[in-house]
Amino acid sequence: MTPDRASRVKSTAGNTPAIGQLTLARFREFYREPEAVFWVFIFPILLAAGLGIAFRNRPAEASRIAIVSGATNAPVVDSLKKASGIVVETLDDTAAATALRTGKVALVVVPKADGGVEYRFDEARPESRTARMVVDRVVQRAGGQKDPVPVAETKLSERGSRYIDFVVPGLLGMNLMGSGIWGIGFAIVDARKKKLLKRLISTPMSRAEYLASFLFFRLALLVIEVATLIGFGALVFGVPLRGSVLQLVTICVLSSLAFGGLGLLVASRARTVEGASGLMNLVMVPMWVFSGVFFSSGNFPQAAQPFIQALPLTAVNDALRANMLQGASWGMVSHELAIIAGYLVVCFILALRLFRWR
Amino acid sequence: MPASPPPAALAVRGLRKAYGDVVAIQALDLEVYSGECFGLLGPNGAGKTTTIEICEGLLAPDAGTVEVLGKQWSRDGKALRSRLGIALQETQLSEKLTVEESVRLFRSFYPSGRTVDEVIGLVQLDEKRTARVGTLSGGQKQRLAVACALVGDPDLLFLDEPTTGLDPQSRRQLWDIIDNFRNEGGTTVLTTHYMDEAERLCDRVAIVDHGKVISLGTPRALIASLGAGHVIEFGVDGSPDVDEPTLLALAGVKSARRAGGSWALQVTAAHETIPALLGALASRGLPLTELRTHSPTLEDVFVTLTGRSLRDDA
Repeated sequence: MTPDRASRVKSTAGNTPAIGQLTLARFREFYREPEAVFWVFIFPILLAAGLGIAFRNRPAEASRIAIVSGATNAPVVDSLKKASGIVVETLDDTAAATALRTGKVALVVVPKADGGVEYRFDEARPESRTARMVVDRVVQRAGGQKDPVPVAETKLSERGSRYIDFVVPGLLGMNLMGSGIWGIGFAIVDARKKKLLKRLISTPMSRAEYLASFLFFRLALLVIEVATLIGFGALVFGVPLRGSVLQLVTICVLSSLAFGGLGLLVASRARTVEGASGLMNLVMVPMWVFSGVFFSSGNFPQAAQPFIQALPLTAVNDALRANMLQGASWGMVSHELAIIAGYLVVCFILALRLFRWR
Repeated sequence: MPASPPPAALAVRGLRKAYGDVVAIQALDLEVYSGECFGLLGPNGAGKTTTIEICEGLLAPDAGTVEVLGKQWSRDGKALRSRLGIALQETQLSEKLTVEESVRLFRSFYPSGRTVDEVIGLVQLDEKRTARVGTLSGGQKQRLAVACALVGDPDLLFLDEPTTGLDPQSRRQLWDIIDNFRNEGGTTVLTTHYMDEAERLCDRVAIVDHGKVISLGTPRALIASLGAGHVIEFGVDGSPDVDEPTLLALAGVKSARRAGGSWALQVTAAHETIPALLGALASRGLPLTELRTHSPTLEDVFVTLTGRSLRDDA
């Protein structure tokens, strides 16, 4: 006689909360994939370091000019050679023309026998226009010109207004977007393709807990991501952190959840990684370009601004910069926070409606 | 005294499912008794997977009713899930997790069940418990899939093609696991297109073709229904060939069928038919190229019912 299995007392020994196991699985899948660790943690730091070095603030560059040899106007030539901020080369006529054409010098000065000078330069080149102004000032002073208005100068290089200060919040926003959309999107599409989603829903597993495990994973990873990038910026380049930490945390958590929702939405129906990949690029590339990661979104025409301002990454970057660089009040970032929260709600509702488990 | 029929673990009535114009299942009825191992046997594309996935609550039928452990998916879905163990035809578990982590993850979905150690022992993966899933062989992966199906201590186990593509040793290991589950009183429903697997494992078998059950019974009864004691397979060299009426006229031949380049005769007794067959071929000057006899199998049942081989389209 076989035992009646239905009435048998079943063991609850070894019960563990599913949400814990699911979240642990997310971590294991992540840190056992070295490439993912590189793209999420190392790459943004390398990028920030590269950009910080490339765009570091340098002393004003000297103007390189050529003086055509055989000069007859000695006082002008001497004063140019002595002037600071000007590097002078003496070349013959052809060599000077070549140097100008190839960009080795910004301006060619041709002293004239009558005491005057001729400037040869391309007006379209900004460094040529600068050189013309600097050279002309030296030439005119050598000729006896006096400044009618006395001027005093104070030179500044303020933390918070350098390029690295601009780009670190942008990289942080870009990182939040990338790991939210890629991290969640690829994992879900992969699980669907391997029929793992179907296998999971054939168990009593709660579907909400499964999706929530991705969010918990994202939030935990967020702490590390934000800390490494901001810490690197602050320690190596002195990028300021002027706003409240609570506000920064709020912006990051909300952004991470919103991009996670966008990732869920992108992955809600796609059956292949290739298909999802295309969709992710469609979503992310416009934001890399328009949302002010590497340069201000204000560079785009006025007509495009309503579209650009409505992108989630624009709101995230603006809010991060307002917090870090300006120490914004809550009122100053409320508009951006509202946009991010809007994406969060809309993406989640749509994703849950559209989600295909099989 | 014959016992009253045991309660049904699974009852399917009038099931129908179509994908667009393609009818996968038409008017399918099944009853699986509690405690038995029941096999859905049929060629690929017969509708086995569609049937089992409807029973598992993963697909909705177009028509018909499904009662699992006395409950219906529409009303008791969540409660039912915790009493079923399921291994799908092709699930790839997460390759980055270890065997133990995978089993523990699945265990966490069930309100009660076996311990992780116990299940890993049941499927003989103790040595692999810290190995990543991605490093397992096909047979080990399949045993892990069954471990994940068993970890909730199910009353009813659904296995879709559990041994397809496995080597003989891995198949036997899985058969032992299924036998053990049955011996503990569990009910198993499995699909297969291996007749030897169905004969070896199943108490009863439903032969499915074109979305319908074309025969149902114990493997022994189905084979006995052929009324044949042996099957003789032979091939001859040259044309003109022998013809069917000639073969049917031989002593003890119940049916004759051409399969590829050879003939298969179902006969009541091989020792009566073979001399007659050899005589008939010799009198026509046809040299025999091969001659085999075997006891009839479910394969012969399927061939007799459909005129096709189980493996034709496998």
